Amino acid sequence: MTEVVRLSNVHKWFGDNHVLKGVDLTVQKGEIVAIIGQSGSGKSTALRCMDHLEIVNEGEISVCGHTFGAGAQRKDLKQLRQDVGIVFQSYNLFPHLTVEQNITLAPRSVRKLPKAKAKEIAQQVLQEVGLADKIDFYPEQLSGGQQQRVAIARSLAMGPQLMLFDEVTSALDPQLTGEVLRVIEKLAAEGMTMVLVTHEMGFAMKVAHRIIFMHQGKIHEQGSADILRNPTTPELRQFVSNGL
Amino acid sequence: MNSDQINYLLQGAYGTLLLSVLTFVFASMLGLVIALMRVSDNTLVRQTAFGYINIIQGTPLLVLMGVCFYGPSILGYSSVPALFAAVLALTVQSSAFLGEIWRGCIESVPQNQWEAAECLGLNRVQRMFKVILPQALRIATPPTVGFMVQIVKNTSFASLVIGFAELSYNAKILNNATFKPFLYFGVAAVLYFIICYPLSWMSLRLERKLTLARS
Repeated sequence: MTEVVRLSNVHKWFGDNHVLKGVDLTVQKGEIVAIIGQSGSGKSTALRCMDHLEIVNEGEISVCGHTFGAGAQRKDLKQLRQDVGIVFQSYNLFPHLTVEQNITLAPRSVRKLPKAKAKEIAQQVLQEVGLADKIDFYPEQLSGGQQQRVAIARSLAMGPQLMLFDEVTSALDPQLTGEVLRVIEKLAAEGMTMVLVTHEMGFAMKVAHRIIFMHQGKIHEQGSADILRNPTTPELRQFVSNGL
Repeated sequence: MNSDQINYLLQGAYGTLLLSVLTFVFASMLGLVIALMRVSDNTLVRQTAFGYINIIQGTPLLVLMGVCFYGPSILGYSSVPALFAAVLALTVQSSAFLGEIWRGCIESVPQNQWEAAECLGLNRVQRMFKVILPQALRIATPPTVGFMVQIVKNTSFASLVIGFAELSYNAKILNNATFKPFLYFGVAAVLYFIICYPLSWMSLRLERKLTLARS
């Protein structure tokens, strides 16, 4: 099994706030990992570090064969950004472009694909997320769930090896949440390596191979879905009981 | 008012229009460069633009006109065409204000748009021109048009130092000859309005078109 992600003793400070206090984490190819925890536990920060959106202060990160460490900002991130797709809580679609243009922008500008080929890819990924008929719409005309699915399609268009999801359903109502979770489930079944930061315990238990509970900047407990049914540590027990 | 006098006023209006259009074109180009410099990653580039903006914004247009008209003689040029000096002064001044307006508009585009574009692999230039500037354009339309109207009114300074024949100067000359201020300045005001009104109308159309593109 090849390793897709490795965090080694990662520390991150935001000013005086010690957000990640020595995180060690690996993800294997084809594995689906869910990271859960309270706000401020460092789960989003850990995820963002995987795509070099946050620069760590100590430790080393290796993602899809790219290695980066503390301090210096890497300049040659183009290949990393093609290998890793990330989807955000607030979708972040480009409002001045249609769905098709949103999706084809990166393939045309970064991978220099011709217009026709990029359009073909757009149609394929939209089919994958179930929105093929919305190709000429503007983001404003879509519901939250649809926008999030377009955001997922946009990331998929670049052919990533790893997909990161940062609380992607937190801004959606239960029905729209369901739409998005079904797409993620489908991607999981197709063998995509994924790391999800989520509050959806039920979904995490159903889809994730491994669940990681973060508490105060460290990995507190990790294991299969069983850790949520029978938590070992009191902090996780409290976290789970709060959610029910 | 006889036909010679009407012609004289219209010639003045033509002068105003010419100065305005030339200034719009050159000040927009320079203003965009200044705005991009202001949001650059490079500290030296940013500080240079900041310095330029502060100095120019703090200098009266009258003084700038004087510098542009009489300045080149220090460098050895015997004379400078009035139109060139006037457009240069207006361009330098307007570019400082437009640069700041546009910097504000670029910074108004939500930060997560930058992030999303970055995560798709776009480089800084691609992010700026394909994602951020198109969104900044929509935000920039009202303050830019407001400033364009200001440019039209600022052209009246060209006659004070440089002697360029524009509308308010020609109206003043006619008044000196005939002592009918309300008539000549009144007609000048109407002509200024006729020059400025299309700007407001185009701004409305541009705003509607940019909104339509989003909905």
